[in-house]
Amino acid sequence: MSSKTAIRLTINGRDHSIVVEPRRTLADAIREDCGQTGTHIGCEHGVCGACTVIVDGDPVRSCLMFAAQADGKKIRTIEGLADGENLHPMQQAFMDHHGLQCGFCTPGFLMLAVGVLEQDPSISDGDLLDVLSSNLCRCTGYQNIIKAVHAAAKAMRKG
Amino acid sequence: MTWVGRAIRRLEDPALITGQGRFTADLSAVHWVRFVRSPIAAGKLIKVSSPKGAMVITAADLAGVKKITPMLHKFSYKPVGQPVLANGKVCFTGEPVAAVVAASEEEAEDFADQVELSIEEATPLTDARAALEPDAPQVHAEAPGNVILEGKVKTPDFDTTWTAAHKIIRVEARSRRQNATPMESRAGHASYDASTGRVTFTCATQMPHLTRTAICDVLGIPESDLRVIAPDVGGGFGQKMSLPSEYVVLVWLARKLKSSVAWTEDRRENLIASFHSRDQYITLEGAFDKNAKLTALKADIVANVGAYSCFPTTCGVEPLMAMAELPGPYDVQQYLCLSRGVVTNTCTMAPYRGVSRPVITFTVERLMDKAARAFAIDPVDIRRRNLIDRFPYKSAMGLEYDDATYKETLEMAVKAIDVPAFRKRQKAARAKGRHLGIGFATFSERTGYGSPAFAARGMEITPGWETVIVSVDPSGFVEARIGSSPHGQGLRTTLAQIIADEIGIAPDMIRVVHGDTDRAPYGWGTFASRSLVISGGATLIAARKVRAKLIKMASHLLEAAPDDIVLADGVAKVAGTDRTIPIARLAREAYTQTHRFKGEIEPGLSETGHYDPPGTFSNACHVATVDVDVETGQVKVEKFLVAEDAGRIINPMIADGQVHGGIAQGIGNALLEEIIYDETGAILSATLADYLPPTAHEIPPIELHHIETPSPNSITKAKGLGEGGAIGAPAAVVNAINDALSPFGVEINEMPATPQRIRAALRNAEKT
Repeated sequence: MSSKTAIRLTINGRDHSIVVEPRRTLADAIREDCGQTGTHIGCEHGVCGACTVIVDGDPVRSCLMFAAQADGKKIRTIEGLADGENLHPMQQAFMDHHGLQCGFCTPGFLMLAVGVLEQDPSISDGDLLDVLSSNLCRCTGYQNIIKAVHAAAKAMRKG
Repeated sequence: MTWVGRAIRRLEDPALITGQGRFTADLSAVHWVRFVRSPIAAGKLIKVSSPKGAMVITAADLAGVKKITPMLHKFSYKPVGQPVLANGKVCFTGEPVAAVVAASEEEAEDFADQVELSIEEATPLTDARAALEPDAPQVHAEAPGNVILEGKVKTPDFDTTWTAAHKIIRVEARSRRQNATPMESRAGHASYDASTGRVTFTCATQMPHLTRTAICDVLGIPESDLRVIAPDVGGGFGQKMSLPSEYVVLVWLARKLKSSVAWTEDRRENLIASFHSRDQYITLEGAFDKNAKLTALKADIVANVGAYSCFPTTCGVEPLMAMAELPGPYDVQQYLCLSRGVVTNTCTMAPYRGVSRPVITFTVERLMDKAARAFAIDPVDIRRRNLIDRFPYKSAMGLEYDDATYKETLEMAVKAIDVPAFRKRQKAARAKGRHLGIGFATFSERTGYGSPAFAARGMEITPGWETVIVSVDPSGFVEARIGSSPHGQGLRTTLAQIIADEIGIAPDMIRVVHGDTDRAPYGWGTFASRSLVISGGATLIAARKVRAKLIKMASHLLEAAPDDIVLADGVAKVAGTDRTIPIARLAREAYTQTHRFKGEIEPGLSETGHYDPPGTFSNACHVATVDVDVETGQVKVEKFLVAEDAGRIINPMIADGQVHGGIAQGIGNALLEEIIYDETGAILSATLADYLPPTAHEIPPIELHHIETPSPNSITKAKGLGEGGAIGAPAAVVNAINDALSPFGVEINEMPATPQRIRAALRNAEKT
């Protein structure tokens, strides 16, 4: 057991001052130390992307980042995506286009797609497919995820 | 306007898209468990040495805990019991040997790393054919020759038909080992309640009631002492419909510690030691007459069942279903089959989406394409000559096929894909050194079968029926408690649509409750494309009873004949008049004003439906077009087209989603996914960078066409469709690869058809 470090994570605008071991991943810190269990852990080796969150504007696999590396950073998770009762266009599009079934990978896909489209609203369809192929979904066969993300991209561009 | 048949949005989604889903691993516990697993595939377990200060549970601590021993009373089945922690020997890499309990997951992992296992290694068997060799070591003394199960069938006129054949065509098919790979791995959380002495066990399962029955059997405790909850479950695909020995240990620990314990399986554990699937050899020969009509089939099926038999289906599930359903959609009455389940030193096999049919469909569809080639006719034409077209049809195995559209879906697919245009494009591409191919697969998908079908297998635990309780509360809202246990299939929505039409209220006033043995009636869970047919049928029966009662009450209060009452838009109305009464008011009076009905109506508004149907067959034709790079062996699936008949469609959006998902898994089966053991019995594909479920890149655009032939064997007229995508896609893709490679005289009869296998086949062809 190693010594612990005090860090501060700002998750969806709220500060969490926590004490973690250096080996604590950001995913575990978000879920267990900060109680935000909407972020899911699918593989813990950076392949499936279920744990994707947005750190200082970048979509990040939170299982590959140590919590200590995120000290002082602004983190957005699925719990903060909607604006109160108003769903984010990406959430609405996933519902409208049946972009989810069991819902386990869904938070990761939503945060990935939102993060990328915020960085590059006019991203090409080909590049968007490249981005979406970095996360795994076992239920949907991806067709409806792609449809949903395209629909949301349109809605986000309109603002 | 009805709710059934409409693509309404899912009632499940609002929670799941906002991070409010509740999965097992979201729960916190006092104690955390890490399993110490055998790094050795076969050997004698001599000793387990624990580090100082660690709580380590081994088989020696579990006196009185029975072995998990699934039973099948047929087919020369040899019952082999699995100790919940390895006891005296280890039988596969990843077998749980000890459970380490600590105050945090990290601490449990640290201690687990320090547990030392002393194992005297033996020679492991990983391949089923090697395990059948006369001098092979024995995995279990109870299964001599490593055969744990053997099924045989021979129809009376087989020999004469076989001798009269014009041509015999043979296929040696191999389907490698897979892992169903739900995105949520297994997880369990057991919590002891000191006031009642009960344990609440929350876990990732497809079958909460059966999990309760199984754990209580093994621990020897009353079922009333255990509540099992399946909260949101992150996919299952069959992997979560067998009892994991780890779950038994968790409940045992909660009782022993009188506290809460939790375990979340990591991805490596899931890939090496959850449950595996497929891994079969099928040698299939078909006898054809001079018109390319199939007259007899001869099959030898060897299914690697792993180290133990899975509970409750037993390891018979794959080899016996393969034997029973191999003839598929083809009209052939003479059949000879030997099907064996073979034990090896590998992870135990369990059902996986499609169960045996992806492999038998692959084999039979390869046979059809080879036969077409031998007769110099088109692959579509040979299917036209052999598909079943009269119903009900009795198969060589005695299965009765209900109304279906094998030929119609084939013609629909052929037209939609435009075969002549593809052939033209293929020819032009070949001239430029590009190799395109087209592949067809036609199949039947047995779905929604009740207890007689399971009883025919001789299962001691015979699932099949379902129970649903539909209750209208005094506020007029509806709760349907169901024994099925959906985990992504959208059943809360589709069942609400069925109820809405019967009771005349909107689906968003209907809450479907499942996955809690304290709340839901006993039921079998969700698997085998059964829930919409069977739970849907039970739902319809219960809802019709509620409807009848509402009409009786309304007729009383509105002073009209029951036949004149219609229920719609939240009111009971006397047809042709403006006399109405809100359904919510009827519901309230059913509880609070029972005296008004003069004893003619029983109090309350809750009805139960049971349904146990004979089963129904969905069918489809799948078509894949591929582009094979002969230099690298890389395959790109260009397009996938499906013409499917799953009876009446309750929600087209959800139905299409099921087909998409199945096809993606089928493409993974055809091209990518393979659990690989080395010669020592260690697994070489223990991460998702080595075991490769498809990504968005590998799945082409999917075009779907539907025919809706109502099933006479399903009261909702719906047939199941959860597995069809996974059943047809492998055959269609590999047939397309073979079509693409036809100029090279190459044949691929093995899945996954990886670049290495395709290159090896091309290299061999160049040599000869």
